[in-house]
Amino acid sequence: MGSVSARRLAKELREIQSEGCPVGITLVDASDFSKWLFTIEVMGNSQYQGEAYTLQFRFDAQYPISSPAVQFVVTDGKEAPVHPHVYSNGHICASILGSEWSPVLSVIAVCVTLQSMLASCKKKERPADNDRYVRTAPDNPKKTLFHYDDDT
Amino acid sequence: MSSDYEFSDGEEAYSDDEEMIDGTQDEEDDSQDEMEMDNFGDDFKVVPKGKRKPYEVEYESLSQHSVERLMQRDVDHICGIFGVDASVASLLLRHLKWNKEKLIEKYMDNATAVLVAAGVTVPEAVPLAVKPSSRRPTTRGLTKPTKSSKSPTLAYTTPKALQRTTSRKSDEPFVCQICFNDAPDMQTLALDCEHTFCSDCWTDYVVSKIKDESEHAIRCMAEGCALVCPDPFIHDLLVPAPGAPVGDADKEAQNEKAWLRFQELLVRHFVGCNSNLKFCPYPSCTNTVSCPSASSKSSLTTIVPTVSCGARGIGSEAQEVSQSQQLGLGLQGKEHKFCFGCPIESDHRPVVCGVAKMWLKKCRDDSETANWIKSNTKECSNCQSTIEKNGGCNHMTCKKCKHEFCWVCMGPWSEHGTAWYSCNRYDEKTGVEARDAQSRSRASLERYLHYYNRWANHEQSAKLSLDLYAKTEKKMEEMQITSALTWIEVQFMKKAVEEVDKCRQTLKWTYAMAYYLAKGNEKELFEDNQRDLERAVEDLSELLESPIEAENIPTLRQNVTNKTVYVQKRNEIVLEDTANGFLEGRWRWNTVVEGFDDPEEVAI
Ligand SMILES: [Zn+2]
Ligand SMILES: [Zn+2]
Ligand SMILES: [Zn+2]
Ligand SMILES: [Zn+2]
Ligand SMILES: [Zn+2]
Ligand SMILES: [Zn+2]
Repeated sequence: MGSVSARRLAKELREIQSEGCPVGITLVDASDFSKWLFTIEVMGNSQYQGEAYTLQFRFDAQYPISSPAVQFVVTDGKEAPVHPHVYSNGHICASILGSEWSPVLSVIAVCVTLQSMLASCKKKERPADNDRYVRTAPDNPKKTLFHYDDDT
Repeated sequence: MSSDYEFSDGEEAYSDDEEMIDGTQDEEDDSQDEMEMDNFGDDFKVVPKGKRKPYEVEYESLSQHSVERLMQRDVDHICGIFGVDASVASLLLRHLKWNKEKLIEKYMDNATAVLVAAGVTVPEAVPLAVKPSSRRPTTRGLTKPTKSSKSPTLAYTTPKALQRTTSRKSDEPFVCQICFNDAPDMQTLALDCEHTFCSDCWTDYVVSKIKDESEHAIRCMAEGCALVCPDPFIHDLLVPAPGAPVGDADKEAQNEKAWLRFQELLVRHFVGCNSNLKFCPYPSCTNTVSCPSASSKSSLTTIVPTVSCGARGIGSEAQEVSQSQQLGLGLQGKEHKFCFGCPIESDHRPVVCGVAKMWLKKCRDDSETANWIKSNTKECSNCQSTIEKNGGCNHMTCKKCKHEFCWVCMGPWSEHGTAWYSCNRYDEKTGVEARDAQSRSRASLERYLHYYNRWANHEQSAKLSLDLYAKTEKKMEEMQITSALTWIEVQFMKKAVEEVDKCRQTLKWTYAMAYYLAKGNEKELFEDNQRDLERAVEDLSELLESPIEAENIPTLRQNVTNKTVYVQKRNEIVLEDTANGFLEGRWRWNTVVEGFDDPEEVAI
């Protein structure tokens, strides 16, 4: 069980260790193959200048056939970026994490996509349905069927 | 929706399923136990087949296989016109929600665009220089758009066996970009787009899409690639070719299950695209009901399309209950009844879908205020000790002080023996007067609670009918021992319990109906019929709960049989009169109901 997922994550980790992460992305913790943590900063001019956020990946044995569960960490004093597609509980509404997930995508590819999602933000605001969603949201964001309202 | 999904190609088309249709669609009454019923009287006879009552709709139940044949007919039709393979025709039809006219129109207009949008061909594979208009087909036998010469491999637009692609640049070994396996003997696969991955990854991916996401349009695994896996591709992945080496048994079982599920998903999608069809909502049932007379929204103001898929029971028990059905009681063998017109998974006759939905929504919204009523316990109005309702009958006797009272209105039962009606009707005049000083909202809440109380009571009683079934079964056994009656001769008890159950269902919904009916003669007549039915049901219900003594059995049997017939008649009257009222447009509401004329004055 999970041998493909372990092999694949080991390979991704080896690549990160040998080639390093893209600018603004830092691997914080990858001590096992169930949960990884990264910090994300948006480089250059943006709404999020000088801010750093922690991104959490959770993998199941079906990874990469099934997408990882990805969210911003909102515990230990950390907060989710204020963004029209990020809920205050850290859940992210991005099609790449749901219907557009491809097993070819990697952890780093997801980080880069989310980094550019933040970079292209014009106005810092929460999704319109934030309060309602956060009240009833499942623990695992993968259980939510997000409605993707644009090309994020 | 396409208009030519008629299901009338005669008997022949469904001959395989005749057994299923003939044997199971019938009302329970004319099944085998009805014939046994006849042993002790003709009273339980039902209307001969073919004669429909005003509250019944014409429908047909179809097995998954029958629906697949309908799909195949459309696929063949498109193959004939476009000259494409069945798997391509299927993807095109699915893409356009099985609307053949629209597909033909769009395809004639721009075949390339439709093929790309449906995930059949890769955009680049079609030379853009060729103007769509010059390629417009004018006759049958249209050919597929030519593939770019750079892709010589036969891909999955043709239902050939799996491409065991081995022709790669031979200088560097292939590494699957998903699992990073690079074994030299690894089997690899690709769709037309040539995005190649190992066959294990393909299989895991396809299984996961089917199992976890119920997806019937499974796209290529490559990022952003819109090609959809054709059915033969999926088949070959999931179903091992005959003579193939035996692999992991668990995995093969799982794959086979996924293939069956995939076929069910295709049928579900087809059924969902056709307003004449509805998939049975019962768990793990794969039957479909065809009911063209209820396919339009406007028809739902004149009929209540209660249908049954033809199967009974839940899940794997389904097949076996048909035999045990005759031997014992029990709800697990219940037929799959549901409403064709709305998501309510039960028979909500006599009230139409729109009103039923309004009522359920109101109950949900007001559930907090009404919660206390739903509670299964009440206090004795005489000695205040807590009493739990544990049978379907409203006649309660306090165990402690022997006080007899009515569960619904809490009034003494003595007043009910001859005047049960005081319990079914909300006396609006005295009610309004008594609450004169109180606010309007308070009055309307109480009005609502009056109807809700009675609604919930019948629902509660119906839920308790499982206990009643068990108790009755025991009684039937007792009777065989204490009297000379045979098993068949004690069936009258079972029939009575079933009838009570059925009538409570009707009564329940009559309260939803009465809540919204505008004041006037029509409403009074409706409530008269409701009262007569309610009285008859409570009467029979009480009789069923009375203790049995050996010497009384013949009288009891006569009594129960008579009352069952009477209850059945009262139920008929409520259902028929209400249904006729809808057909005649006789009912007026005290609020706005979709599809009906607005009320002249919104008076409660
Ligand atoms: Zn692979
Ligand atoms: Zn592809
Ligand atoms: Zn069914
Ligand atoms: Zn309905
Ligand atoms: Zn008492
Ligand atoms: Zn009463």
